[in-house]
Amino acid sequence: MTAAIGVVTFPGSLDDGDACRAAYLAGARVLRLWHADPDLHGVDAVILPGGFSYGDYLRCGAIARFAPVMESIIDAAKGGMPVLGICNGFQILCEAHLLPGALTRNSHLHFRNRDQVLRVESTGTAWTGGFSPGQEIVIPVKNGEGRYVADAATLDKLDAEGLVVARYVDGNPNGSQRSIAAIRNPDGNVVGIMPHPEHAVEALTGPSTDGLGFFSSVLRHLAAYERVTTP
Amino acid sequence: MTTSAFVGPPATSGTPFDGPDTVDWAAATPDAPQPHAELGLADDEYERIRQILGRRPTQSELAMYSIMWSEHCSYKSSKVHLRQFGEKAPHSDRLLAGIGENAGVVRISDQVAVTFKVESHNHPSFVEPYQGAATGVGGIVRDILAMGARPIAVMDPLRFGAADHPDTARVLPGVVGGVGGYGNCLGLPNIGGELVFDPCYQGNPLLNALCVGVLPVDRLQNKAAAGPGNVVVLIGAKTGRDGIGGVSVLASATFDSGSEARRPSVQVGDPFTEKLLIEACLEIYDAGLVVGIQDLGGAGLTCALTETSAAAGTGMVVDLERVPLREASMDPHEVLASESQERMLLIVEPAKLNAVLAICAKWGVLATAIGQVTPPENGVPGRLIVNWKGQTVVDVPPGSLADDGPVYARPMREPNDRWLLQADRAETLPRPADSELRDTLLRLLASPNLCDKSWVTEQYDRYVLGNTVLAQPEDAGVLRIDPQSGLGIALSVDGNGRYTRLDPYQGARLALAEAFRNVAATGATPVAVTNCLNFGSPEDPGVMWQFAEAVRGLADGCLELGIPVTGGNVSFYNQTGTVPINPTPIVGVLGVLDNVAERIPMGFANRGDTIILLGDTRDELSGSEWANVVHNHLGGHPPVVDLDGERRLAAVIANARLTSAHDLSEGGLAQALAESCLRKGIGARVELLSGQSAFVQLFSESAGRILVSVPAGAEDDLLALASAHGVPATPLGTVGGTGLVVDGLFDIPLDELREAYTSTLPDLFGRGEQTEPDYVPPPPVVATPAEPEPVAVAPVDAEVVPEPHVARPADLGGPPPAAATPPAASPPPAAPAAEGATDE
Repeated sequence: MTAAIGVVTFPGSLDDGDACRAAYLAGARVLRLWHADPDLHGVDAVILPGGFSYGDYLRCGAIARFAPVMESIIDAAKGGMPVLGICNGFQILCEAHLLPGALTRNSHLHFRNRDQVLRVESTGTAWTGGFSPGQEIVIPVKNGEGRYVADAATLDKLDAEGLVVARYVDGNPNGSQRSIAAIRNPDGNVVGIMPHPEHAVEALTGPSTDGLGFFSSVLRHLAAYERVTTP
Repeated sequence: MTTSAFVGPPATSGTPFDGPDTVDWAAATPDAPQPHAELGLADDEYERIRQILGRRPTQSELAMYSIMWSEHCSYKSSKVHLRQFGEKAPHSDRLLAGIGENAGVVRISDQVAVTFKVESHNHPSFVEPYQGAATGVGGIVRDILAMGARPIAVMDPLRFGAADHPDTARVLPGVVGGVGGYGNCLGLPNIGGELVFDPCYQGNPLLNALCVGVLPVDRLQNKAAAGPGNVVVLIGAKTGRDGIGGVSVLASATFDSGSEARRPSVQVGDPFTEKLLIEACLEIYDAGLVVGIQDLGGAGLTCALTETSAAAGTGMVVDLERVPLREASMDPHEVLASESQERMLLIVEPAKLNAVLAICAKWGVLATAIGQVTPPENGVPGRLIVNWKGQTVVDVPPGSLADDGPVYARPMREPNDRWLLQADRAETLPRPADSELRDTLLRLLASPNLCDKSWVTEQYDRYVLGNTVLAQPEDAGVLRIDPQSGLGIALSVDGNGRYTRLDPYQGARLALAEAFRNVAATGATPVAVTNCLNFGSPEDPGVMWQFAEAVRGLADGCLELGIPVTGGNVSFYNQTGTVPINPTPIVGVLGVLDNVAERIPMGFANRGDTIILLGDTRDELSGSEWANVVHNHLGGHPPVVDLDGERRLAAVIANARLTSAHDLSEGGLAQALAESCLRKGIGARVELLSGQSAFVQLFSESAGRILVSVPAGAEDDLLALASAHGVPATPLGTVGGTGLVVDGLFDIPLDELREAYTSTLPDLFGRGEQTEPDYVPPPPVVATPAEPEPVAVAPVDAEVVPEPHVARPADLGGPPPAAATPPAASPPPAAPAAEGATDE
């Protein structure tokens, strides 16, 4: 049966509707999850969308990480459920320690929205299996606090173990260390990405349809799992 | 008067106890001196208040009259002129709500309506650029919300002083940051606007903000506090001392050297609270829980309480101490006057109060019942009574504040220097030789008013909500409303203070013509107009004359084009000392696209396409950017405006098969060619006509022109269509190549064009770019398998997954299900929809 993707709405989530649309266009069943409800309603994968959860008034993602739904998502992620954090969702994943490092204020101190070229460097994740290694894609970046930072040991580990999922090409829009745009956990089920694949899913409204690959990849991944586990 | 028996009467009105001035005390002390002049009320206005009340006003009442009768709230100087928008309005069966409502509402299909409005927040944005601009956005968004609509986009027409003036470097980044900070955090795409520099705005920048929203036709809300017995509910942020006197102090007076002391009059925005407020209100509307609703903007509670009760002819009893406060020490007149942001006033039937409170609680929005609607008595509208800790501090007829403010027919006089100004024509200025045209083009392209605006627009989210089809720098913003039918809208805001300075009547019509043309250039049908009229002091007869002429021009123009004004805003006192800004009417035009997929972008896209210029080019350079940039000159008559010609031009665009269409305005054909090439990085080769000077053809700013490209082979159809509509059409050349080539004159490589176009604002306001090269990672130690074993997934039990249950069908922008309800699920095909289109 068609896999179900849950999209979480926190107070202040903004791109939740766009994430639903993207998952829907990729062929998923879409369920909306509410921050105060710890029940994941049986979804097969979860997207933490962009926005300003809780106003981002402490640190981005710092409060959302304690929402009841996050307890369940952290548990599920540790059990292997695919989780994609986009922008604010990436920040939440870092605050929840599902991914290392942190996202800080852009080096130039401005919010920046532009169509960004990325190079996909890890295709061994639940969300990027449909891309080819080294593939360059164009999706929008838009953030005020998207500059990825970590200590040198962490950065070296990310590089050495192939945990960088995508890097900025043709200009680094926010000063991210080592041009990092997206990273993964070692299992590959959890991916955090700063740019917005959900805004590049229709030719009419996006700079490309490259973003669709993230959502179709996870469906293919879930289908493969079903083939493996279903007698 | 004997007050010595009482404790601490510090207020000038003299209070009988250590507390606020009450109605009883006001009756007992009729001669207590009051600071009406300091609050901006004229002596005769104060006398009228005494007549209305039959006594002196209390301190709270005086504060209420002073803000409601201020220029900003009462439109006392502009009312006599603005009537023309109604009197001359062309018939439109699309208009569901018009002037006088929070915003005009226009039906775009049988089920769906759009509401839009543009408003100013000029003075706060000069005093405190970031918060002034942020709350300007917040205020207009609440106006749209109050009509029952989900806000879906914003636009920001901006005016600043000289680009290289040191104070512009203070004001501009703050304003842009504020517009972006608030709009981005609300999740509203910014789809366009304007950025214009002129020394006349040095001490008085303009921040106008437009918001557009969409609603199902049957969700239209109104502000009337109908139904005696109904509960008055205040929801949203707590009330603080911010913004007290904003409208009377800031918006209704001229700046002087004391401006900085007014910073406490500027409100502080909290977009997160506004986002929650939006979601809570929409859920309340959908559940049918409100009788009336009004946003709290300028004049805060005073405006909301009086306007809602005046609209219904009812009265109200309000227990003001129930209002949640940020500062416990606030006095009642401060609570009534506070312009704290992110608040709405709801009128709710008692039986539905708990449901409203529950929805607010779900979204974490504070909601407080503060009063009750009271009936009219003996056919006389009810009174607004405000109590504070057991004492009555306000007892007024609400209509006397909301509707019956003073109206002035201010003296008007054509400025003495106007004939001198008009005689000093730019057409007589020295012109460049043909060999200098290349440099002239590059110089203009790099000038602050014509250069690339990405430095600003990159600070705005244009993608959120996923329905942005076209955004800046396109001619108009285009939004998808209904993905199933393809229904969409186009919006453009335009104004040219230089033209309006030369001729306010024609200048206003030119602004209308340009906004109309920009919308038409995308293939949309223009249907309605909003406006924001930015002028100097109405007490200056010259300014008042400019205002009257501009309003007359705009009203006449709308009648000629057959599209009504649906609402707008007047901003007076935009001047520094005695020097007013150039009169700057900003006109917004809304258009409808039946199929948004057929929108026409501005950029050349197909090599081999034929470039055709539609419209007539005349020797019109007065008020132009060429005159401004090259000669620092303003004089003469602005370009001739032919609104019937604009309408015929729009008809050609609507019926033609075009690859691109780009409006010609400031900078003329040269600018339009450069922008059409740079948009997608495709060059063009054109040949100018031999019968007219190349300079005039390139830099004239004649109105009524659009540059289009059509597929090879389709030229004849377009020429025939243009001819049938009486629109001149001139084939100019061909799309293609790596530069802009004008035969016999110059050849500019695209890289050189782009460098000139894109360097100016970053050079002025900072590049902020990373200069280091792209990072190239070392090869990973562990090779990543291309097709990995599937990682473990949480068990899937199809039986446990709740079946799709669409609580609010297709409302992907709306709130998710409450924690207790089953989650809404897989959207139907319409689902990833524009909010509102299929919203009910």
